Amino acid sequence: MPNSSSIELALGPCLFNWPADRLLAFYKKIATEAPIDRVYLGEVVCGKRMPFTDNIWPEAIEALEAAGKEVVLSTLAQPVNKRERQILQQQAGYDMPIEVNDMSMVPARKQGTFAVGPYLNVYNEATLSFLARQGARTWCPPVELSLDSIQKIAALVPEVDLELFAFGRLPLALSSRCYHARAHGLRKDSCQFICEQDPDGMDVATLDGRRFLAANGIQTLSDACHFAGLSAGHLATLGIKRLRLSPHTTDMIAVSRLFRDFLDGHCDVDKFEQQLEMLNLPGPLCNAYLLGDAGWKRMALPA
Amino acid sequence: MPNQSSSLNLPPLVSSLIAPLPKSPMEMLLSAFTKRLVARRPELLRRLGAVVKVPIAIVPDDMPHAFLLSLDNEKSSVSICEKTEISDAQAVVRAPFLVLLGLLDGTYDGDALFFTRDLRIEGKTDYVLALRNTLEEADLSPGEFFGLSGRSADWVNGVGARMLDKARWLAARTGSQPSTLGRPH
Amino acid sequence: MPEGTTKRMELVCPAGTPAALRAAADAGADAIYCGFANETNARNFPGLNFSPSELADGVAYAHAKGARVLVAINTFAQAGQIHLWEEAVNDAASAGADAVIAADIAVLQHAATNHPDLRLHLSVQAAANTPEAIRFYAETFGVKRVVLPRVLSVPEIAALNREIDVETEVFVFGGLCVMTEGRCALSSYATGKSPNLTGVCSPPDHVDYTEDPSGRLQARLGGFTIDSFESGQAAGYPTLCKGQFSAIEKTGYLFEDPVSLNAFELLEELSSAGVTALKIEGRQRGKAYIAGVVKAFRQAVDGLESGADARPAIAALKAFSEGGQQTAGSYKKTWR
Repeated sequence: MPNSSSIELALGPCLFNWPADRLLAFYKKIATEAPIDRVYLGEVVCGKRMPFTDNIWPEAIEALEAAGKEVVLSTLAQPVNKRERQILQQQAGYDMPIEVNDMSMVPARKQGTFAVGPYLNVYNEATLSFLARQGARTWCPPVELSLDSIQKIAALVPEVDLELFAFGRLPLALSSRCYHARAHGLRKDSCQFICEQDPDGMDVATLDGRRFLAANGIQTLSDACHFAGLSAGHLATLGIKRLRLSPHTTDMIAVSRLFRDFLDGHCDVDKFEQQLEMLNLPGPLCNAYLLGDAGWKRMALPA
Repeated sequence: MPNQSSSLNLPPLVSSLIAPLPKSPMEMLLSAFTKRLVARRPELLRRLGAVVKVPIAIVPDDMPHAFLLSLDNEKSSVSICEKTEISDAQAVVRAPFLVLLGLLDGTYDGDALFFTRDLRIEGKTDYVLALRNTLEEADLSPGEFFGLSGRSADWVNGVGARMLDKARWLAARTGSQPSTLGRPH
Repeated sequence: MPEGTTKRMELVCPAGTPAALRAAADAGADAIYCGFANETNARNFPGLNFSPSELADGVAYAHAKGARVLVAINTFAQAGQIHLWEEAVNDAASAGADAVIAADIAVLQHAATNHPDLRLHLSVQAAANTPEAIRFYAETFGVKRVVLPRVLSVPEIAALNREIDVETEVFVFGGLCVMTEGRCALSSYATGKSPNLTGVCSPPDHVDYTEDPSGRLQARLGGFTIDSFESGQAAGYPTLCKGQFSAIEKTGYLFEDPVSLNAFELLEELSSAGVTALKIEGRQRGKAYIAGVVKAFRQAVDGLESGADARPAIAALKAFSEGGQQTAGSYKKTWR
């Protein structure tokens, strides 16, 4: 896909429990309409959800690849039981690009290459170099890592492509307890897949009614919608090659077009932000993790 | 607000006996001993870090006055003031007097006292935490505080422990419920 | 561990200050874990932790009492600052530490390369909970023991132990992470500081307590109200995962109540599950806590063999627990 700037766009894996038909329709639309270069797909959050979507992936992958997109299978971030572990071992052997989100998978994928997802604790150059020697080719840093740190690491490990989490509710924490189930008086083992009710996560507010977090099964996300309004030139200086947009129910085609236009220099950052905010976002915009500050804040980024 | 139900409050009789003691000789004594302690054990100031020089108010629920504590290399001081005169303090620690003494010598665990609401803090939580952790390390027996060693320290510690036990026993007896907090070790 | 279940479990106890280390050694700890006073360890609180020379003195004291010292260098090294973490490992080795507890690959790699005789434990912050992940750390860096993240039930721990030949250490008492350790950025989202980045959860310089005239205590973190306790009601730490929130028009402890872990009732099962060591949380706690908890769990572990009843000693620990409440956490599958 020819772009006037060299910064690519990626669509991250869908973190929420969307019904299979909705997911498939979503990826078919992305395939034909979104200016996105790479698509990560697969269940990352909860192994219990897997059986519902297993059978749509071949068709989704085919549609995306036919449209010229690079497809990467993103994998479970917290495997616990035997079935989940077996799935990871199996996926490690697939002849397609894989994103690793738990250290369990690194030895199994040693023969091939892989992408390092934001759930692996990679915070410095030595750890990323180590993983590069194991086969890592792309790295999406943990969401709390600042641009300052990312730039240092990128400069010291140039052999790994850097992809920045650039849009969506921030994945903040994992647990063995399901908070959707708990909120509904259920348990993880008998959850009735209640997380399906909240396709952008369940809104969590403080005692004084301030919006704060979002629950998604065993995962906790930010309420606010993170965005990286960094120009293509700035991103190139930082050593960042690609931006990751995390799927939400808002119009992701529109989101990806806004990012593309902004990266290509067709609109300035103020207009970009204004237009983003006119979409039905899951929460207010935030970006301060990029500056090493509290993630919920929105601050002025250096141009 | 003072926690009136605490079993660790001083009996009113003891409080009223302490109240009329002259303030300035007491201040001078406490300041002098604090200065000497800091000079004797410089590692405590290093541990204390950012808290040094910042006044912290210690407010015993069951005494009429508050203490303003400033720790510094040269001019450490303890001043005694009205409970309404602590606005200079960056942090405030409130608890019954015996609880505060128990924190000083490590009899009680600060977190446990906080959970039970016997100890309350306001202002800069990090300063209170630094002070608490430094006191933990200081092992402040009465002998240590007064800069004694050997047999004289043992004697003062013995007297101090007996007095405290007596006071705690009195407090527990006059309090509305038995203490569930940590025991002396 | 494959060799079976008869070995007495080791009691691993916390120390945030040299005084606490002495208290733990005196109370019968088999091993004591502690860290340096900087961002290299996950309890980086003001006034806490050890200088290199305090550590050397502590090691001497502990060894004289027959206890080992494990040094936690278990945060993730910051970009461009890895030398600080490497120096911490070097300092631990020079002080005569019996093991280093690490989570970051950069730190493990440095220790394995430069201090091949130094025993390595994998910190809970590495969140390694599968045989594949644990074997990876064991084969790559020679890790001898893994501290298990609090995501597994006791039967799952038993199954895990059958598949690995690395020792396992589990938490049995104290503060309880509700989120998977090492995989939680809630604190940094609210304050900019997190366990992984700076070694603090709910940093005290972002904590604010206010008590109104009715005696109601409000706790805030980074300006977000996270809990409110009525006058006289037991309070908890200002951690987000144990705060009260509202969701689906209900208000309550969405993630977990203000509660502490107490797995005393499960000690026998943990022993049968092949667990090597039992860990007590609380490097931020005072000597009174250390002495009380270590003594009670010493009785409990010894009681597994002798049959002596440790229940009264354990029951007395309730006052040390957050909110005055205790739970067995994820060790019971129904917790999930």
